[in-house]
Amino acid sequence: MTATTLEALCARVRDAAATNTALRIRGGGTKDFYGGALEGEVLATTDHAGIVDYEPTELVLTARAGTPLATIESEMRAHGQMLAFEPPHFGAAATLGGAVATGLAGPRRPYAGAVRDLVLGVSIVDGTGEALSFGGRVMKNVAGFDVSRLMVGALGTLGVITEVSLKCLPLPKHEVTVAFALSADEAIRRVNEWGGQPLPLSATAYHDGQLRVRLSGAQPAVDAAVRKLGGDADPAADAFWTAVREHTHPFFAAVGERVLWRLTVRPTAPFTDLGGEQFIEWGGGLRWMVDSDRVDAGKLRTWVAAQGGHATRFRGGTCSGDVFHPLPAVLARLHARLATVFDPRGILNRGRFVPLR
Amino acid sequence: MLDTAVHAELAAILPAASLLTAVEDVKPYECDGLTVYRALPAAVVLPETEAQVVAILKTCHAAKVPVVARGAGTSLSGGALPDPNGIVLSLARFKRILAVDALARTAVVQPGVRNLAISEAVAPLGLYYAPDPSSQIACSIGGNVAENAGGVHCLKYGLTVHNVLRVRGVLITGEVVEFGGDAPDSAGYDLLALSIGSEGLLAVITEVTVRLLPKPQVAQVALAAFDAVETAGAAVGAIIAAGIIPAGLEMMDQPATRAVEEFVHADYPLDAAAVLLVETDGTTDEVAAEMAEIRQVLTAAGATSIRVSRDEAQRLLFWSGRKAAFPAVGRISPDYYCMDGTIPRKALPRVLQAIAQWSVEYGLACANVFHAGDGNLHPLILFDANKPGEIERTIAFGDRILELCIEVGGTVTGEHGVGVEKLSPMCRQFGAAELTRFHAIKEAFDELRLLNPGKAVPTLHRCAELGRMHVHHGELRFPDLPRF
Repeated sequence: MTATTLEALCARVRDAAATNTALRIRGGGTKDFYGGALEGEVLATTDHAGIVDYEPTELVLTARAGTPLATIESEMRAHGQMLAFEPPHFGAAATLGGAVATGLAGPRRPYAGAVRDLVLGVSIVDGTGEALSFGGRVMKNVAGFDVSRLMVGALGTLGVITEVSLKCLPLPKHEVTVAFALSADEAIRRVNEWGGQPLPLSATAYHDGQLRVRLSGAQPAVDAAVRKLGGDADPAADAFWTAVREHTHPFFAAVGERVLWRLTVRPTAPFTDLGGEQFIEWGGGLRWMVDSDRVDAGKLRTWVAAQGGHATRFRGGTCSGDVFHPLPAVLARLHARLATVFDPRGILNRGRFVPLR
Repeated sequence: MLDTAVHAELAAILPAASLLTAVEDVKPYECDGLTVYRALPAAVVLPETEAQVVAILKTCHAAKVPVVARGAGTSLSGGALPDPNGIVLSLARFKRILAVDALARTAVVQPGVRNLAISEAVAPLGLYYAPDPSSQIACSIGGNVAENAGGVHCLKYGLTVHNVLRVRGVLITGEVVEFGGDAPDSAGYDLLALSIGSEGLLAVITEVTVRLLPKPQVAQVALAAFDAVETAGAAVGAIIAAGIIPAGLEMMDQPATRAVEEFVHADYPLDAAAVLLVETDGTTDEVAAEMAEIRQVLTAAGATSIRVSRDEAQRLLFWSGRKAAFPAVGRISPDYYCMDGTIPRKALPRVLQAIAQWSVEYGLACANVFHAGDGNLHPLILFDANKPGEIERTIAFGDRILELCIEVGGTVTGEHGVGVEKLSPMCRQFGAAELTRFHAIKEAFDELRLLNPGKAVPTLHRCAELGRMHVHHGELRFPDLPRF
C-alpha cells in the first residue's frame, strides 16, 4: 500500500503539473481554516499512513504524513514519551503531515521546542512530482541545507509532505499547575523573571486576571519550584491545558464568527489594549486576541512589528484581506524564488500562503 | 591577483590596514582547522561596519569576485578555505556584544564574538549560552551559526539552530536581510532555520540574537566503566529508556582513554573497554534524584565500576579527559584525522567492529570518542603524513567509515559541516534530485554562486566522476542540466 500510495501521489502531482491544475493538499482537514482561501482539486494524504519506525531508546519516530496524530501520541505514550511541541489537533482526524505543514504548537513550545526544533527529517513530493528526502533519522545532521525545517509551516507550498522523522522526549515524571491572581503586566513580568531562573517551567497562560504556570520534571524539582513560587495548585490542570491547546477553552469558544488574531511578540512586550480581549501564552510570547469593532488591523500590525513579531488572522472572518503579516520586499522575493525551486508552476496549495502569490 | 579596478574600489571602502594583498599578509588565511587543504586568496578584507560589508559585497557582485566569509577559522571541514580567485571577508573585527536583555534572556552579538565570551558576559545574570563546541574558547558565533555547531550538551539543550532567535546578514547583492526575530516565530518560511548551517553560501552574517538559558545550580557526572563497548552502548539506551535526558552523555573506547590518561590523568579506568560520562544538572534536589536513577540504570546495565563526582573539582577532572581527547591523540601520533558521522545508536556495535577490522586492514590505529546520547561518532584515525601512502590510506579508511554511517541510516556529518572535506560522501548520502534542489536554493539567494563557492554541496559532475551518483532506473534525471 505504501510504495503504491507514494507512487500514486507522484503520478498525480506530475499530471497536475503537466496540466497546470492546482492541488489542494488535505490530511484530516482539521486545519482548513488556516491560511489563505483553498483552491484546486483535493489531494488526500490520508491513505499514506502508518508508523514506519519507532525506536524509543533512540528517541526517534518516523511516520507517514497521513498518520493520525492521535495514533502517534498513543503509541508514544505507551513508551513513556511524547510529541513535546504539543500540536493542536483541532479535530480527531488531525494528521502528522498537517501538524508539520502548519507548524502549529501548543503550550509546551517555549520550554520544549517548536515543531521545527523537533523535526529531524522530511520526505516530500515536490511540485514536479518528484519524491525527495531531506534530513534523516538522527539527532545531529548538518549535511546539506536544512530543507526539513524549511518545510515546517510552509503550508504545503514547497511540497506534499509524505514522511516525517521526529525527536521524541520522555513524558514528565511529575506535573503540577499553580495559579495566581495578577494584572496582565505583572503576569508578563513574572513569567519572564521565572524564565531566567532554573525552574522546570513547561507552560504559562494568562487570561481574565489569572496566571497559570505548569511545572514539569522530577518530583523533587517540581515540589521545590511549587514551594518557591507559591500560588494555588489547580487540580483540573490537565483539562485546562488541553482546552488551551485545542481552543475549546471558553475564551476561544466565545470567538464565534469573529476573527481570532494570533500575535507573536517579544515575550517581554508590555500588555497593550489593542481593542480586543487577549489570552497570553508562551511566557508572554504568544497573544491571542478576539477581533472587535475597535481593532484596526493596520495599527495592530504596526504595534506587533514594533514588538519584534508578527500578526496572523488565525481563524474566522473572510479571507479577502491579508491573513499573514506582509514581508519586506527582499524577503518576499526570496520566498517567491524558493517556492519556484520546489513548485515551479505553483500548483501546490495555490493561494494558501498569501505572501507568495 | 585582484583586478586593479576591484582593488581600487575596495581601497575606497576600507582603510589601508583593512585590505591585505601581500602574500605574507594573506598567508595566515590560507586554511582553517582542516589544514590539509590550503589556498591563498587574492585579498583579505577586514571590515568593521555593516555598511562596509554591504559595499564590499556590492563590489564583488558587480565584478563577479568570489567571497569567502571567515570567523575564527576553526572549521574542521574547510568551510573557510579561500578561493584563489576571490577574497576572504574576515568578521574578526565584529566582536562587540551589542545588547543583553536580562528579562527577555537574549543577547545581540556581532558575528566575531567568541562562543564562550557570551556565556562569560552574561554569567553575572545567572544566564549562559548553551551550545558548547569543543573549540568554544576560540570559535566565533558567526561561524557557529554558519555551521550549526553542536557540543557535548546538545542532547538536552540543542544545537545552534535551537538557540538562535535572529540572524541579520547581507546578501551577495548587498541587500540587508533579517531572518527570525525577537518573537517565538516569524511570518513566512523558516529562513532562519535554512540559514543556520548554510556554511556561508547564502549570506554574510553581521549580527546574531542568541537565546540565553538560566544556569543550572549544580551539575554532577558519573564515570562508568564497561568491559565491552556493546554493553556500554546498551547502557546508553537503558538510560534513555528510563526517561532520563542527561545533560551530557559521552563514550570513549580504550584507545581513547589510554591516550588521554597519559596526557591529563583524568583518573579513567584503563582496563575498561569503554567508559561513559553521564552528567545531570539542575537544582540540588533534581540532581540528587536523577543521579540515583542513573546509578541504578548503569549498575543494571552491567557497569563494572561507577564513580560519581564528589565536587566540582572532580567533575571537571572527569570531563578534562573527554575535552582533551583530540589534543591527547595529537600527542601520541604525528597526525590524526577526525571523522564526524552520526549513526542510530543501535548500530554502534556494528560500526565499531567494522572500524576495528579496518584499523587492522589499513594498518592505522583509531581511537573513538562518541557523543553517545545523540549518536555523533568521532573516530580519530592516527597516521604519519611523512610516511608515504599513509595520507591516502587514512582518507580511504575515513571514506569507508562515512559510507558505513550512511548505510546504517546515519549521516556523513553530525556537526563539523561538509565544507570541502565531505563533498564526495555527500554524493552517497543524497541523490541527484536532492543535490539539484540544494543548488537551486543556493541560486535563489546567490544567482552567480559567489558566496563560498564550491563548498557544502557537490556538483553533479563531481558525483558522476566518482561513480557515486544515485541513478534511478539506469537514467540520470535532468540530463540537460549543466554539471557545474
